Amino acid sequence: MAKEIERAGFPVAHICTVTPISKTVGANRIIPAIAIPHPLGDPSLDPANDKKLRREIVENALHALTTDVTEQTIFEE
Amino acid sequence: MEKFKVVHYINQFFGQIGGEEMATHPPEKRSGPVGPGLGLTAQFKGEAEIVATIICGDGYYNENMDSAAAAIVEMVREEQPDVFVAGPAFNAGRYGVACGAICKAVKDALQIPVLTGMYEENPGVDMYGKEIYIVSTRDSAAGMRSALPVIGKLLLKLARGERIGASVEEGYFSQGIRVNFFEEKRGSTRAVEMLVKKLADEPFVTEYPMPSFDRVDPMPAIKDLSTANIAIVTSGGIVPHGNPDRIESSSASKYGEYSIEGVADLVVGEWETAHGGYDPTAANHDADCVVPVDVLRDMEQEGIIGKLNPYFYSTVGNGTAVASSKQFAAEMAQKLIEQNVSAVILTST
Repeated sequence: MAKEIERAGFPVAHICTVTPISKTVGANRIIPAIAIPHPLGDPSLDPANDKKLRREIVENALHALTTDVTEQTIFEE
Repeated sequence: MEKFKVVHYINQFFGQIGGEEMATHPPEKRSGPVGPGLGLTAQFKGEAEIVATIICGDGYYNENMDSAAAAIVEMVREEQPDVFVAGPAFNAGRYGVACGAICKAVKDALQIPVLTGMYEENPGVDMYGKEIYIVSTRDSAAGMRSALPVIGKLLLKLARGERIGASVEEGYFSQGIRVNFFEEKRGSTRAVEMLVKKLADEPFVTEYPMPSFDRVDPMPAIKDLSTANIAIVTSGGIVPHGNPDRIESSSASKYGEYSIEGVADLVVGEWETAHGGYDPTAANHDADCVVPVDVLRDMEQEGIIGKLNPYFYSTVGNGTAVASSKQFAAEMAQKLIEQNVSAVILTST
């Protein structure tokens, strides 16, 4: 899906937990996530810190979308 | 004659520990065969035995790849087996990645033959198929009966140290290794035969398949975030409560388009996940942990992004065919173009 959407002309930030799969399949901007069932959150945190964690990941994704890349790149925090 | 000793790796589901709610189960070892190991043992005809079975949750393995591999390698080492086998994983993505990764780790650390089995679209094939033997199976556990004889036969050959035949003969995925041998017919004859078949629209098998490099060039970065329209797409199956489009929990045949106009937060009871294959507790409780509407709405209010696109797109990535995913995404992309979207955040579970 990442490739088909990018093929249509959009930069795509792929937020996922198992980044090696994303790299194998061919996403260009890869953003590591927290866990498979909750990529953008951690239910063990209180709601405020859970949302803060989510915001950090989204900020990283937006950073990726505003960064030019020439090859597949994993944006570690 | 002493039997060959085999250690078998399976996930929490085949280990009869539980479904997705047990995917976080850490590795444990049991003596003897468990689950599919019983059927596999029947293939050995007394020549080999499963001395131990290691069971590990798919979520646990994938989220703790290095430490899980290290722990499991030690469990395997204690048994001093002749062969290590994992799965088969069919089209279960995380299980396939775990099977491929642990086989490679055991092979590297203990220098014993290893093998596993999975479906051709399992990401584990692309990731590990060049380094280990992966038997080609069907896409679901309904293919267990046809998979086990192929795995059992290859396992015994590996245990005996016999020469392993070509991938097409033995039923594993090609490792890209070429072996010299004498063909009966010379090259020009074979080429003309292939050409004649091709012209007659008859099936033929190429001797030199072209590698497929399916890569897409990265699109340029967005210049100004404060005027950008950001859209969310997910394979995590987030849908309005009740799943109005009835998106399937696995092997999805469709995707949904959902309005989030005026929605500040995906609250429990209004949104949920249709996705099978992962524990839905967190996503059902707060779907923002898959589709981050709350923080993107905040950032829209703060002027950091121009706007959050009023629609998001969702399908279920569980065992869904690559061809379906391509089609869904191509259709979504057309709609995103019409909605003047600048960039896409794609989330996966």
